[in-house]
Amino acid sequence: MNLLEVHHLKKYFTTQKAVDDISFSVEKGAIFGLLGPNGAGKTTLIRMITGIFYPDEGSILLQGKKFNADADSARIGYMPEERGLYKKMKIGEQAIYLARLKGLSASEALSQVKDWFIRFEMQSWWNKKIEDLSKGMAQKLQFVTTVLHKPELIILDEPFSGLDPVNANLIKDEIFRLAKNGSSIIFSTHRMEQVEEICNQIILINKGKKILDGTVSRVKQEYKENLYRITASPLPAQDQNEIFEVLSKNEQGLTLRIKEGHTPNEVLRYFIDRQSGITAFTELLPSLNEIFIKLVEGTSLSRQFQPVQS
Amino acid sequence: MNKIGLIIRREYITRVRNKTFLLSTFLLPLMIVLFIAGTVFLAMKGRTNHRIAVSDENGYFKDYLKSDSSIFFDFTPGIDTLNYAEKNCSAVLIIPILKEGAKTIYRLKYKKQLGLANIDDLEKRINAAITDHLIYTKTNITRSRLDSIRSASDIAELQTFSDEGEKSQASSQGLSYGIGYVCGFLIYLLTFIYGAMVMRGVMEEKTSRVAEVIVSSVKPFPLMLGKIIGIGAVGLTQFLLWIGLIVVLVMVAQAFIPHELLQEVNDIQQANAMGNASMARSSDAARQIFAVKQSIQHANWLLIIGSFIYYFIGGYLFYASLFAAVGSVVNEDPQEAQSLLLPISMPIIFSFIIMTIAAQDPGGPLAVWASMIPFSSPIVMMARIPYGVPTTVPYWQLLLSMALLAGGFLFTTWMAGKIYRTGILLYGKKPSWKTMWKWAFNAQ
Repeated sequence: MNLLEVHHLKKYFTTQKAVDDISFSVEKGAIFGLLGPNGAGKTTLIRMITGIFYPDEGSILLQGKKFNADADSARIGYMPEERGLYKKMKIGEQAIYLARLKGLSASEALSQVKDWFIRFEMQSWWNKKIEDLSKGMAQKLQFVTTVLHKPELIILDEPFSGLDPVNANLIKDEIFRLAKNGSSIIFSTHRMEQVEEICNQIILINKGKKILDGTVSRVKQEYKENLYRITASPLPAQDQNEIFEVLSKNEQGLTLRIKEGHTPNEVLRYFIDRQSGITAFTELLPSLNEIFIKLVEGTSLSRQFQPVQS
Repeated sequence: MNKIGLIIRREYITRVRNKTFLLSTFLLPLMIVLFIAGTVFLAMKGRTNHRIAVSDENGYFKDYLKSDSSIFFDFTPGIDTLNYAEKNCSAVLIIPILKEGAKTIYRLKYKKQLGLANIDDLEKRINAAITDHLIYTKTNITRSRLDSIRSASDIAELQTFSDEGEKSQASSQGLSYGIGYVCGFLIYLLTFIYGAMVMRGVMEEKTSRVAEVIVSSVKPFPLMLGKIIGIGAVGLTQFLLWIGLIVVLVMVAQAFIPHELLQEVNDIQQANAMGNASMARSSDAARQIFAVKQSIQHANWLLIIGSFIYYFIGGYLFYASLFAAVGSVVNEDPQEAQSLLLPISMPIIFSFIIMTIAAQDPGGPLAVWASMIPFSSPIVMMARIPYGVPTTVPYWQLLLSMALLAGGFLFTTWMAGKIYRTGILLYGKKPSWKTMWKWAFNAQ
């Protein structure tokens, strides 16, 4: 069952097609990576899903029903990339206020805020103001205010930026826990190593268009270049053959690419035939980072403004 | 609706709980009182005593020209245009022989300006001296007789009544002017103070980027409305506290008036009630207190305070949404706000200027028109109302003005809401007037 479905979403601004016909769906309990270079249209896309913007065209379905910004805001938690909290307001009150704006009753909000403050060891912050907090502390608070009202869909834009490894792990564990409890999480970032670690499914958008969609392992399979690493000794003297080409070589082994129409078994047989003792043989899958760079590279680095014909 | 309530509550509570609120509630009236007292004090002190040398060829001005604390006439012979400054005189008055039935020019020479009021005063005194001289010489009357007639003739005192059909209402032009001016000034001041507060609040939400978080829970329009209403409620609270403060101050002030004086005031009141208008027995102080007390009692406070609250709220709502729109389009740079504020502050300042005229001439066409147009009506109408409804301000004018103001703020709120909605999430370049116009008036 898909929690969120987005069909042919479009949003044109006067100087740009910010989002140009994007469709995707997010399963219940999935951690979904929304990737893309700066200015690809991620924020605009998120703003439409959170009901801040109306799409020009297309539809958004939340659990099969048409998304209604007013009624459904309580089901969504959104943490924007540019963090924002009231600087002069006391932290406890602020958390309660934001929870109540999402529709929680006063007593419910209070008990939720207390729970989360204990979980994150933030009880002593209650009467402090945001201006007294460090950037990382404010970040933690922002995360708490985003998930307080138990939203079904949580949208996190760069949730780890500015966090030390300990706090980043804390948040990461919370993300896993929330997903396990059935919330879907859309996770927008440029940090590919985090995506590989956390996300089940990703889409990559560039210049307002979707250019990649799938699970992390499928995407890697799709973009693999038949690279393998073999560790063996002694290494065969002759490198040239029709089965594979050697990309790099050192004492322990070789990095090689299998040529079109050949299989890993043939490679192994080649080594065995030459009395080479194999100790390891692994496939080298491309990192998401490499895929990202490969797909986005070549398109001009910064997005150009183009007039919209409509 | 529930969410607007939450926003209003937050805006209200965070501000009222703030120390600056308490401080400004008690300091602002104090500052206004000090300001008024200061100007009065300076005006009194600033009135220098002029010593004017008189070179009179007629020879009789010495007897008729009266010196007092503000102008002293020096008839010492030998002072002329060349040496008056050395003799400590600020000016010299040269009066040639005045021929009967012909205009003759007399001259005043000075090094330092005497001021307009002093020149008027001087002219009056000279004319009075000439009249006295003529009466004395042309009739057989003696000086002492003339003086006693003068003092005996000072028995009439003007009391004004506004005509309200069957009954007449004792009125005091001076008091009406005072109340009107103060009310207009207060609305002017409050519109600016609270309008700027709305603008700063919006800017704070935008620059701290909390707007995006809030807007994912609440639509921008209720967010703006909640802020405006919450801050308006703060203003109203402050106003009610001021009224309380004034009542307390008046009671305290009364406690300081000597008991005998109060007794005397009561006597006058009784005498007046019995139709006996003679006040010969009472002292000046008692008479003054009585006059103030009577006119304060006769002013229609219910109407004045009621319409003040209406025009304060109406004017505030009219301008607050515009201030909010400005706050939503500027970025961190306060300089940007300055230039955008100009078209909003100009009509407010302009209304204030019209108000000072309307307080003196409440029935004039400028006052009437300006009190109809919503841009200026909150400030200008408040200057007219103390003069009396329905005498100076007919009912139809009051109702029309109120209705137009209500329509006006609905319009500005609607328009500003559309600018605000787009501006609050837009960072980077400040939008041009043209783009803002598009946001306001183009559908979606």
